Amino acid sequence: MGCPYFPHTEEDLKQMLERAGAVSLKDLFSDVPEEFMFKGEFNLPDAMSEMEVLEKFRQLDALDKKLTVFCGVGAYDHYAPAVIQYLLSRSEFQTAYTPYQAEISQGTLRYIFEFQSMVCSLTGMDCANASMYDGATAAAEAMMMSVAASRRRHRILLSSTLLPQVLAVVRTYADYHGMEVSIIGQEGGQTSSASLAQELASGDVAGVLVPGINRFGIIEDLSGFADAVHAGGALLAVYSDPSSLAVIRTPGEWGADIACGDAQTLGMPLSFGGPYAGFLACRKEYMRKLPGRIVGATRDAQGRRAFVLTLQAREQHIRREKATSNICSNQSLMALYATVYMSLMGDEGLKKVNDLSYAGAHYLHDRLIATGCFEDVFDKPFLKEFVLKTDVPADQLQRALAEEGFFAPLQTEEGYVSFCVTEKRSREEIDRLLAVIRTVI
Amino acid sequence: MKYYDKLIFDLSRPGRSGYSLPENPWGVTADALPEDLRRKTPAGLPQVSEPDVVRHYTNLSQMNFGVDTGFYPLGSCTMKYNPKINEQVASMPGFSALHPLQPEWTVQGALKLYYDLSKALSTLTGMSDFSLNQFAGAHGELAGLMIMRQYHRLRGDSGRTKVIVPDSAHGTNPASAAVCGLSVVQVRSLEDGTIDVGALKGLLDDSVAGIMMTNPNTLGLFETHVREIADLVHGCGGLLYYDGANMNALLGQVRPGDMGFDIMHLNLHKTFSTPHGGGGPGSGPVGVTSALAHCLPYPRVVRKNDGKYALLTDKDSCGRISGFMGNFGVLLKAYAYILMLGKQNVKNVGPYAVLAANYIKESLKDCYKLPIKGLCKHEFVFDGLAEDNGVTTLDVAKRLLDYGFHAPTVYFPLLFHQSMMIEPTETESKETLDAFIGVMRKIAEEAKSDPEMLRSAPHNTPVGRPDETSAATHPVLKYSDMQ
Repeated sequence: MGCPYFPHTEEDLKQMLERAGAVSLKDLFSDVPEEFMFKGEFNLPDAMSEMEVLEKFRQLDALDKKLTVFCGVGAYDHYAPAVIQYLLSRSEFQTAYTPYQAEISQGTLRYIFEFQSMVCSLTGMDCANASMYDGATAAAEAMMMSVAASRRRHRILLSSTLLPQVLAVVRTYADYHGMEVSIIGQEGGQTSSASLAQELASGDVAGVLVPGINRFGIIEDLSGFADAVHAGGALLAVYSDPSSLAVIRTPGEWGADIACGDAQTLGMPLSFGGPYAGFLACRKEYMRKLPGRIVGATRDAQGRRAFVLTLQAREQHIRREKATSNICSNQSLMALYATVYMSLMGDEGLKKVNDLSYAGAHYLHDRLIATGCFEDVFDKPFLKEFVLKTDVPADQLQRALAEEGFFAPLQTEEGYVSFCVTEKRSREEIDRLLAVIRTVI
Repeated sequence: MKYYDKLIFDLSRPGRSGYSLPENPWGVTADALPEDLRRKTPAGLPQVSEPDVVRHYTNLSQMNFGVDTGFYPLGSCTMKYNPKINEQVASMPGFSALHPLQPEWTVQGALKLYYDLSKALSTLTGMSDFSLNQFAGAHGELAGLMIMRQYHRLRGDSGRTKVIVPDSAHGTNPASAAVCGLSVVQVRSLEDGTIDVGALKGLLDDSVAGIMMTNPNTLGLFETHVREIADLVHGCGGLLYYDGANMNALLGQVRPGDMGFDIMHLNLHKTFSTPHGGGGPGSGPVGVTSALAHCLPYPRVVRKNDGKYALLTDKDSCGRISGFMGNFGVLLKAYAYILMLGKQNVKNVGPYAVLAANYIKESLKDCYKLPIKGLCKHEFVFDGLAEDNGVTTLDVAKRLLDYGFHAPTVYFPLLFHQSMMIEPTETESKETLDAFIGVMRKIAEEAKSDPEMLRSAPHNTPVGRPDETSAATHPVLKYSDMQ
């Protein structure tokens, strides 16, 4: 079978080879030692037609079980308005690359500028970059940024209440980047301020990372954290769920220096873990330490509003071996995703998303408690996710629910299970979930 | 392209909205949360209707140039055609609804796809095992270097702190090394553009963790001494890292694994046709020889004896590098591309890409300075115009925009002052290449007849050259800073 992506006719090939000074395509590899030319057969199928490819994917898809999601732990099943996928599929957005040529990339540059503006609005920060790979890598970059800003300090403090995958990724980066990690303990389901004070006392801490909403779903009370961290000469970074920031106290309002997190909660499909987009924002003082792409507003010679990639002296491809980050791209299309989502929702829509999630989660929480088989681990305020203690074996419960078409709960540690409810879950769905749970316990 | 001057915030009017959500059946809201945990001032997101949003972003898109708009010969970026079947399979509702933490037995299709794609990449590259968890090329480099360090650490060899990087390397190579805690030692290139093997010999000792190489290199030249380099580096106990940014040149013909490389990354958004999306999401799979498989980032997808797929966390892993399993949506697209090509057509990717590059090079070498002559691979570099009229590479690049072409990569590699790096890819027709050649020749003529006009180009784009200096000296990075 031919390939629809190759436009060459026999005559084209002949003329092009002649210009290139070659007789055959093989001649074009005459500079490659013969021993390296691959002479075997690739372990791949024969070329397929589109219909066959679709069938192949349908078969793979059929091996997955479609579940109604009642779990979060870093990936949340929020609703995506129809407009988003429609706009994202415009090929002018999809098939462009990094906006190096500003004159023909104003579309990309403008939505990134809008993204940066909206991230600042939600987090209460002064400046944001064009997005990061995901929340966990954004958190790692936040910590490398605080180390770079401190110049001579290499120790970072991570709250034990951060999502486990965020902790793991920051630890990996720290391990290789020469950052020493200490863990702040938890007390009553939230980051311990006593443990924080103890760790800060050594006077060698560059950055502190704590969650806005933690792995138990609890909204952390960060009163006094910023003062303590600043008194210790370090920067405070808060890992946040951006959707929640329409209603809960922002990193800026807590006095943080850096805000980071995953923009997945802004309506992005679960998509088995990606693509999502990380975000990273900071106070003005640290603008020149912010890694990644940044778009700025300016004018052209005729005075027209124009946007460009700016502050590039910070970037890795300029700094090379002096770089403090190696990120040279972003999750641009997913930043557009978040931007369109935030435009459609506005403050009011995002508030409603949180209200529905809050109400649904508390409804499920209260009914689970009422079964007598679950109890609260901590008596602390939560938004859409919560952890309960139970004697019911988590794997047995999860298996039974999956057989009935639900994904819940996730065991976070022995005897603790996590549930989550978003605005997508109707009262009927929650009641059906509860009915299945009652048959298991 | 037409000029449109609005930002979404300009369209905002109090009381407008663009969302639709069900009524709250519970009558409870998040206002029930304690006052001191609640947001104090409104965020101030735009208040716009759905039609406002659709028209605004449609207008923005019309100020953008993509591969679907026209020829995009951006060197080292492999801006090939992005097949539309890829998009269709990636948006299948089943895959997009999978939660990354679902139990393994409920996601066997997704895990099988991940596994099958990694095996397809193995056969195409000659590497034993792949991790697909990395989000981009630079992220792949970082993971690759972590694997390199972890390998040495596991052998109890902690003294290997240096990595050798050629002066022609992509800027991300030294940056990734620095982030990974390795110090960078640069090895120079010879006059002919390839690595100076003699100089390399002088750098090798037991403090070297490895070398990062791009082959073909950023000048589009095949590093013919790669076997000797591999033997030398292996001989001193180091590893060879292959930067796969230029893999399109070799796809189907030459495999990094056969050249002696131990670790490599691929860019699925380059070689495997997934769209660049304005800068991402991409994907940077990392492949290794079987001796290094245990060091790959976790979780890995493995096939068990019973034919089922499972996630594995190896105790020797270099660590977790992504929140979940990378950009899974991008993996779907790359797999569709490989299935469409099949084992026969994939062999033509490299040769057709190389043919297109040589065709352009030979057609323009009389009016643009060609510092390295002879056969190139998928890309090549001009060092500005052949005749010096005070017209720079930047001017030529901007003038190309007027004629409806994207510019090449400019001022990279750093080996020349007026670098213009051109990569046409295998999906462009001869007519397109001829049109580009014609315009490049016309611009060379204009450089003689009207250099002033080139210096102020572009003239037909939505905006002219933006004032980058004031953008950097007085940064305006969000809407509220504009007033």
